[in-house]
Amino acid sequence: MAVMKDGPDEAGRYGGFGGRYVPETLMPALDELTSAYAEAKTDPTFQAELAALLKDYVGRPTPLRRADRLSAKVGFDVYLKREDLNHTGAHKINNTMGQILLARRMGKTRIIAETGAGQHGVATATAAALFGLSAQVYMGEEDVKRQALNVYRMRLLGAEVIPVQSGSRTLKDATNEAIRDWVTNVRSTFYVIGSVVGPHPYPMMVRDFQSVIGDEARRQFHAVTGTLPTHIVAPVGGGSNSMGVFYAFRNDPVTLVGIEAGGEGVETGKHAATIAVGMKGILHGSLSYLLQDEDGQIIPAHSISAGLDYPGVGPEHAYFHDTQRAEYHAITDQEALAAFHELSLLEGIIPALESAHAVAWVIKEQERLRSLGARVLINLSGRGDKDVEAVREYEEGMH
Amino acid sequence: MTSSDLTLRGVFARTKGEGRAALIPYVTAGHPHLNDLPQLISALNDAGADIIEIGIPFSDPLADGPVLQHAATQALNNGTKLRDILAQTKEISQSSVPIVYLTYMNPVYHFGVRAFIRAAAQSGVKGLIIPDLPWLESQEVFHDCEAEGISLIPLVAPTSTDAHIASLEIATGFIYGVSLTGVTGVRQDIDSGVESMVARIKRFITQPVAIGFGISTPEHARRIGAVADGVIVGSALVRIIDDAGDEAPQAARAFVASLREALNP
Ligand SMILES: Cc1ncc(COP(=O)(O)O)c(C=O)c1O
Repeated sequence: MAVMKDGPDEAGRYGGFGGRYVPETLMPALDELTSAYAEAKTDPTFQAELAALLKDYVGRPTPLRRADRLSAKVGFDVYLKREDLNHTGAHKINNTMGQILLARRMGKTRIIAETGAGQHGVATATAAALFGLSAQVYMGEEDVKRQALNVYRMRLLGAEVIPVQSGSRTLKDATNEAIRDWVTNVRSTFYVIGSVVGPHPYPMMVRDFQSVIGDEARRQFHAVTGTLPTHIVAPVGGGSNSMGVFYAFRNDPVTLVGIEAGGEGVETGKHAATIAVGMKGILHGSLSYLLQDEDGQIIPAHSISAGLDYPGVGPEHAYFHDTQRAEYHAITDQEALAAFHELSLLEGIIPALESAHAVAWVIKEQERLRSLGARVLINLSGRGDKDVEAVREYEEGMH
Repeated sequence: MTSSDLTLRGVFARTKGEGRAALIPYVTAGHPHLNDLPQLISALNDAGADIIEIGIPFSDPLADGPVLQHAATQALNNGTKLRDILAQTKEISQSSVPIVYLTYMNPVYHFGVRAFIRAAAQSGVKGLIIPDLPWLESQEVFHDCEAEGISLIPLVAPTSTDAHIASLEIATGFIYGVSLTGVTGVRQDIDSGVESMVARIKRFITQPVAIGFGISTPEHARRIGAVADGVIVGSALVRIIDDAGDEAPQAARAFVASLREALNP
């Protein structure tokens, strides 16, 4: 197995992927961010402050435990890394804590973010509230309707939610609008990006902040089993929870499996399975895989899970795919819904719909995994409270 | 027109000789209707444009404000396709002042960088402006543009470093100075930093400097024209086209003529 590089090159390239495709106005800000982050990364004071916040505020380390009834049902060991038990209910806060600390260090007083499902928006609003910073969160008008609960949570936390009416009115358009804001207010504003996407250094920085998941999981798994998992399975939207859990294992003999949203089926065109389609393109600051038509226009994604409903994917995943370090598969809305119920009934854990995609793949592939004698680690990236209403409506609508 | 007028540098040499800045209006291809481009380009030529920027509509124009976002959305809804724009440009360019394309990077990348640049050159296009391709990422595009004989037009923003400006000395064509930190759009006032930005650019390099973003009225054009070598007007023109309905070419001609009037010495 090839030894994976620790990070991108100077230009923010992972193989040919990544880079910085932004207006010239933002280039000095990206340079400033790159050097501020490089200093923070090696500054023991910054790292200690972040570690203390993750422990005492976020509630880390999150547990890792064998899912006994699911394991018995599929006939091999399945372990869950419980990112759903973080404060605010998902892995997103690992990253927003890091970025808000960095924003303070850089003297930026105004915070902006994009959000799809609202999980990253809530995590940003939370971190901003903790430090008394003002936050504005861009959210597509469609998502504002679909995720009303998270909109209210952000407002309770003191953030302003700005509905975005352009384009498909979902996450990609919210990201466009956040970038437009940043171009306009670049001198005062810190843009907290919610996944391993965007221009360099964001994919690297967000991955570093999320890699606490894999660092913990590797130690915990070893402590419980004396060995490593054979497979790690995680859902992939932009790719932050998956890269976060993969990264510590990148040079281990472990199969890394990323699960994209297959929506109504990849063959229907209504999906978010960016890597499965496999067309390269440039959006939101980096070169990666991208859903697009024959003219290079971006095609809106579709998934029952708002957090996976994005037409791009982080450049390091594109690199992991091209070097075959990780494999990527698609799970449909229906398969994810079935797993949503299955995990709730078997383990007493209602997963986020995003996370349910990873569970669904393990259930779907159980025969093969059983014959391999697999030890599977699923990254349970978030809890399903936010999805309960949508699932109920969806299922009532089907009858 | 003389033959040197067919190059971007030739245009700036001539307008400088006339004691005025070059006028560079912008329209989005496929807006307001699929096949309006030839008529609009003809109107802009009649009105005294020196260079014309044709915008290739993109689904996610993150450097654009509401007016140009709307124009792009409408153009795409009208069924505007890149190959059709290239074909129309080929017809138009023979009887027009020099044409440059404004396009986001993904349509270029998806078409194939070299193939797109060659097709644009064969359609008579003289330059490319790519707002989400910063100079540091542009080696391949720059190289291919040079090889096909067209200019990649670099941008300078108010936040740009002196080192960035100095690195543009290899650029052919002209420099696109962004008047403000922000996106395109119609604005009340010109940013107060424009004059000093132009002066800063001129300290490092000799290329002509055209200023765009937010220039909305003849008065704005006069003020910018007094310091810069070129004046780029996009959103204000597109909004007039939007408002004019079937009278779009006439309205565009009248507005651009008023800008040109403001630039005349
Ligand atoms: C619980 C959960 N999992 C996964 C994702 C997908 O994002 P990423 O791929 O960056 O982890 C989201 C995004 O909102 C989420 O809320």
